Amino acid sequence: MSAALALMPDDTPLLRVEGLTKRYGAIIGCENVSFDLRPGEILGIVGESGSGKTTVLNCVSGKLAPTSGGVQFKTRRHGLANIHELSEPDRRRVQREDWGFVHQNPRDGLRMRVSGGANVAEPLMNLGDRHYGRMRQATIDWLNRVELDISRIDHKPRTFSGGMQQRIQIARNLIHAPRLVFMDEPTGGLDVSVQARLLDLLRELVRDLDLSAIIVTHDMAVARLMAARLMVMKGGHVVETGLTDQVLDDPQHPYTQLLVSSVLQI
Amino acid sequence: MNAATNTAASNASSEAAYYTHAYLDEQTKRMIRRAILKAIAIPGYQVPFGSREMPVPYGWGTGGIQVTAALIGPRDVYKCIDQGADDTTNAVSIRKFFATVADVETTESTADATIIQSRHRIPELPLREGQIMVLQVPQPEPLRGLESRETETRAMHAYEEYGLQYVSLYENISAFGRIAGGAGYPVLVDERYLMSPSPIPKFDNPKMHLSPALLLFGAGREKRIYAVPPYTRVRSLDFEDYPFEVQKWTQACALCASHESYLDEVILDDSGNRMFICSDTDHCATRRADGHHGSMSDFSLEDAEQSRTGGERP
Ligand SMILES: Nc1ncnc2c1ncn2[C@@H]1O[C@H](COP(=O)(O)OP(=O)(O)O)[C@@H](O)[C@H]1O
Ligand SMILES: [Mg+2]
Ligand SMILES: [Zn+2]
Repeated sequence: MSAALALMPDDTPLLRVEGLTKRYGAIIGCENVSFDLRPGEILGIVGESGSGKTTVLNCVSGKLAPTSGGVQFKTRRHGLANIHELSEPDRRRVQREDWGFVHQNPRDGLRMRVSGGANVAEPLMNLGDRHYGRMRQATIDWLNRVELDISRIDHKPRTFSGGMQQRIQIARNLIHAPRLVFMDEPTGGLDVSVQARLLDLLRELVRDLDLSAIIVTHDMAVARLMAARLMVMKGGHVVETGLTDQVLDDPQHPYTQLLVSSVLQI
Repeated sequence: MNAATNTAASNASSEAAYYTHAYLDEQTKRMIRRAILKAIAIPGYQVPFGSREMPVPYGWGTGGIQVTAALIGPRDVYKCIDQGADDTTNAVSIRKFFATVADVETTESTADATIIQSRHRIPELPLREGQIMVLQVPQPEPLRGLESRETETRAMHAYEEYGLQYVSLYENISAFGRIAGGAGYPVLVDERYLMSPSPIPKFDNPKMHLSPALLLFGAGREKRIYAVPPYTRVRSLDFEDYPFEVQKWTQACALCASHESYLDEVILDDSGNRMFICSDTDHCATRRADGHHGSMSDFSLEDAEQSRTGGERP
């Protein structure tokens, strides 16, 4: 995987984060975080609860304004642009057109008042599709792809299990062919067996679609399975970065060593 | 007392009378008129206004009543309808209210009215220039059912992000095989603002398109006023493969034989006999006076009402 990445012709980053700092009053959310993401790359952000992973993800995805620092992204419409310097409608458009965001809690990522099918189709409507039949077919294709029973396409999300809700959320965030997908603990709330199957599915999709993604997780096993590169956070700071195998097999920072060993204990 | 003081005194008294005209004080009316002017300047945009307590409960048209009160003058002729009818309790009491507080002439005739206040219908008779249609709105925000966050719906209007409204149409087709939803069918005003014309039936939507009359919408509880100025484009949302269409009836009005009007179903007895009649009572009466006769034109609705409410069958 790492060798393949190094050979990729387009070597300019899709995303460049520089000196990102977010303070909540006196509390540090994250401080001086910098990294690049190349097209097709999956970056894992790991660290214990409260280490600043979600803060970084939300700042990078434009949900949260950073206190300082920049987030450059190769947008379809505006070329390379600092997300936080775009006007609000332009930023919202980038979020809609170029990105997906899979939340840990399906309630945060789905409209609970409309059917699973309409949830999956909504991004197409947000991008201006006005042909019902076409969107319906795309929805069915995606439900098949995430292995959901299409006979339940018109059922409300609450009638689905947690794992199935996550599948709906994944379909909803991939149907419009985004260039970058953000995931915050996408398997966090699920039983271990459900989690394993969902991870398999996610891994396949990411590979087949040649997706770029940033996946936040406190679970090193998820990180190993999903990410090519890891960024380890502690107290709002990045303490170690590197290829996943290196970081996990030969952790340099004592904190990373602790994280890795705690996995081994489980 | 000299002449000058006399004039001042009579000015004061006529001013006092002026202050109480049409229930609201002049300050409030000015505030509402400013909101109305803004609404006319930005067709379809919901303008916030300082909604006042009115002597009727919310849901009885407090928004519409305030809009009317801010506009009505002594030379106006006022019509008020509820469910298309001039003679329902609600319509009668609001009409009486303005006859009393604004001392205006009232009418049941769409043709004669200068201000028409309504809750569920736009009259069948095409409106003309100079008329004002005031619609009472319970929920001005068409996106509210799908997005409860006000900040988010505001952003959607500001940035013209209306994909979400199509989600509700999509749901409709998935559930019913067509875009159902009779009342409050969403429209795009002047190709810019998404607007809920609630709660008129979608049958009435095309009447808003390029209407020569001014259409004003007042939501009392939600404190919003919006407008469709005369000759403004109004487009009902739809999909390419599910185009917008209005309700149709196979039968004509049983009283006036109209094939064009919006029909209400009236249950006649316990054995399921029913008839279809114009919901617009003025339209129906005018047609009958003009000599149009339906299949049951001699039928008395009052008798039917009695038989329905358990009276002896004739
Ligand atoms: N909205 C907020 N207001 C104040 N402090 C916050 C807020 N969100 C996060 N924090 C704090 O910022 C730090 C990083 O939190 P977070 O990014 O959620 O970490 P993680 O996702 O790694 O668990 C924590 O100390 C947390 O308490
Ligand atoms: Mg978190
Ligand atoms: Zn009739």
